[in-house]
Amino acid sequence: MATTTTDIVNGLPSAVRTVLDFGRGRWLWAALIFLALLPIIGGKTGLIGNYGFMQLSLMVVFAIAVLGLNLLTGFNGQISLGHGAFFAIGAYTTAVLMFHLHVPYWLTLPVAALMCFVAGYLFGLPALRLEGHYLALATFGLAIAVPQMLKYRHIEAVTGGVQGLQLDRAVAPFGLPFTANQWMFLVALAVAVVMFRIARNLLDSRTGRAIMAIRDYPMAADTMGINTAHYKAMTFGISALYTGVAGALFSIIIEFASPDNFPFALSIAILVGAVVGGIASLPGAVIGGVFVQVIEKYADAAARQLAATLHLPIEIQPWTIYGIALILLVYFMPMGIAGGLAMAWGRAKRRWPALAGVK
Amino acid sequence: MHLSRRLLIAGASALAVALGATAASAQKKYDEGASDTEIRIGNTNPYSGPASAYGTIGKVIEAYFKKINEEGGVKGRKINFITYDDGYSPAKTREMVTKLVEADKVLFVFQTLGTPSNTAIQKYLNEAKVPQLFVATGASKWGNYKDNPWTMGFQPDYVTESIIYAKHILANVKDAKIAVLMQNDDYGKDYFNGFKTGLGKDANKIVQVATYEVADPTVDSQMIALKNSGANVFFNITIPKFAAQAIRKAGEMGWKPAHYINNVSASIGTVMKPAGFEHCQGIITAYYIKDPTDPQWAKDKDFQDWTAFMKKYYPAGSVIQVENAYGYAVANLLIQVLNQAGDDLTRANIMKQAANLKNIQLPMILAGIKANTSPTDFYPIQSVQLSRFKGEKFELFGDIISNEMASQ
Repeated sequence: MATTTTDIVNGLPSAVRTVLDFGRGRWLWAALIFLALLPIIGGKTGLIGNYGFMQLSLMVVFAIAVLGLNLLTGFNGQISLGHGAFFAIGAYTTAVLMFHLHVPYWLTLPVAALMCFVAGYLFGLPALRLEGHYLALATFGLAIAVPQMLKYRHIEAVTGGVQGLQLDRAVAPFGLPFTANQWMFLVALAVAVVMFRIARNLLDSRTGRAIMAIRDYPMAADTMGINTAHYKAMTFGISALYTGVAGALFSIIIEFASPDNFPFALSIAILVGAVVGGIASLPGAVIGGVFVQVIEKYADAAARQLAATLHLPIEIQPWTIYGIALILLVYFMPMGIAGGLAMAWGRAKRRWPALAGVK
Repeated sequence: MHLSRRLLIAGASALAVALGATAASAQKKYDEGASDTEIRIGNTNPYSGPASAYGTIGKVIEAYFKKINEEGGVKGRKINFITYDDGYSPAKTREMVTKLVEADKVLFVFQTLGTPSNTAIQKYLNEAKVPQLFVATGASKWGNYKDNPWTMGFQPDYVTESIIYAKHILANVKDAKIAVLMQNDDYGKDYFNGFKTGLGKDANKIVQVATYEVADPTVDSQMIALKNSGANVFFNITIPKFAAQAIRKAGEMGWKPAHYINNVSASIGTVMKPAGFEHCQGIITAYYIKDPTDPQWAKDKDFQDWTAFMKKYYPAGSVIQVENAYGYAVANLLIQVLNQAGDDLTRANIMKQAANLKNIQLPMILAGIKANTSPTDFYPIQSVQLSRFKGEKFELFGDIISNEMASQ
């Protein structure tokens, strides 16, 4: 017999095998420590500039926002086309507190979280009677209305109207040697770690099983004594809380809040991020966040550059590449990128059983 | 002999000093984004989203720089114009401008479009001391050289324009009773506040104000209310769609006030024609740019140059869109600044030269309207000429009127 993959793996030096056997949890920690060290590594070597850190921060922000929608749509089965509205409410809570009351940026995060939880819970209560398309439509209305309401004349003194609010930069405390962009990346990362951890615990708990049971078979969940109405409204509130915190971080990073920051397209972007990443998966939310920030914004620029470099005689209009990428993804990875990767990993393990040892 | 040698040495050293001096004055100075071969300029435009009609400004500017580069560049340096889509979202403008400054390392930012978008980046650019030149918005707040010494506007602002209408009304209409229709946002308010400033103590001559929202389907009910107020002057602060509706409605109701319309909607193609020429007779507006849909320019050399340029460098662009004339004019002004800056391509000198423009006549801008700036005047174009609609076109009349806001 020819050598199998098992032999190859066994033949590897033990150091390499240790790395491969590292285990998933520890991989995650290693990745997080690496990310947390990025401002030191990237900043010192100059490999990642301030713009790079702004990008990374926004990826983290959108990962939190997508996670919020994932909890609602992926785990609880309620559709929302309007999470941009909660993103906007969180963003404005922070902006108003910072601009008018000079509250330190980090203190605004819990306030934004609370505001969005209440807003989401209250919106969730009447929306409970709505199913499927009707709920989608109601949330759609929310996404359209909120940015317009921010322009409303009588609250203009607070919201700044169309002109928006310009915020002070959040700088690193205690004279730490980080630029504002590097520091905000660390803040966003820390918030994300906490919020993903809480989401993980929530889903693994009794509450989490109730939330998913409602998604899978509402009537059965009801008969088993789960208070469907309560759980659905709570999930709506928690989901809004997550997305709202993301909005709050967004305001701090962009240093500006204006109604035009939150067009209806933002709600769709969050939904697309959730579906593309993997709708009922926590790693999927991270992939979704990266997708929202990178693919949506830079696919066209990259394609245009490619066309220019190759001297292709085509003019690529905005959104073309994004649309095509979306169609291909949905065709080839119907369970999102996270689902697609998991399936590919499973297939690889069947093909080369030795990999099964590598968790 | 001895003496002459000493003289020779003295002469030589004097020459050396002189040479050194000229060498020093001709020394090239660069900030990030400029070099012997290149000048990098950053820009954002709404190529997608609700305001994508304006995106053509970015494209025509790009086409103009292509022409400059083909002709050898600015003093041998090629212009590298880096422009990104911001979808008219201020957050995205902020992100893209960070990219332009921190990653693409542009020398300065030029013609970023939209009032909220420019607000979102103003503080950042002023803190980073990167010029934010000739922003594409008519709001009146872009010439505040004291608080924002790195930001400069370009076109006549809304306040200036309405002050000019107010002065014309007071001088020409007896017992003016003024009705105003305005869009309910910052653009509308900027115009309206300027108008009240222009009227001064006669502000009580405004007898009725009606507002509309961009999302409204029509302004019919507002027009009826304005007519019933008994006004004999109508100041129409609307964007093209509503301007055409208002003109048509006034005509259909048989209301014939002295009608002033803001320059925003002074387009024959998109406003007057759809409103019906018969309803437009006598409407007064202020122009600073040549409306490409106006047939009076057909034989104008300047206009022909522009259409030739469009045909060669931007064939996909429309030659009836005033935005394409606008972008062409402002790109010309930037080249003037770069030429003045010479080999001292530092950010400070770019700003210094932008604030030192003297009587620059730009193409596609009305003859006699000139760009002027100084260290205390950050409003380049401050003049307009009134024109009255007659037949199927606007006829310019009167002198070029300026309202210097420089001291503000």
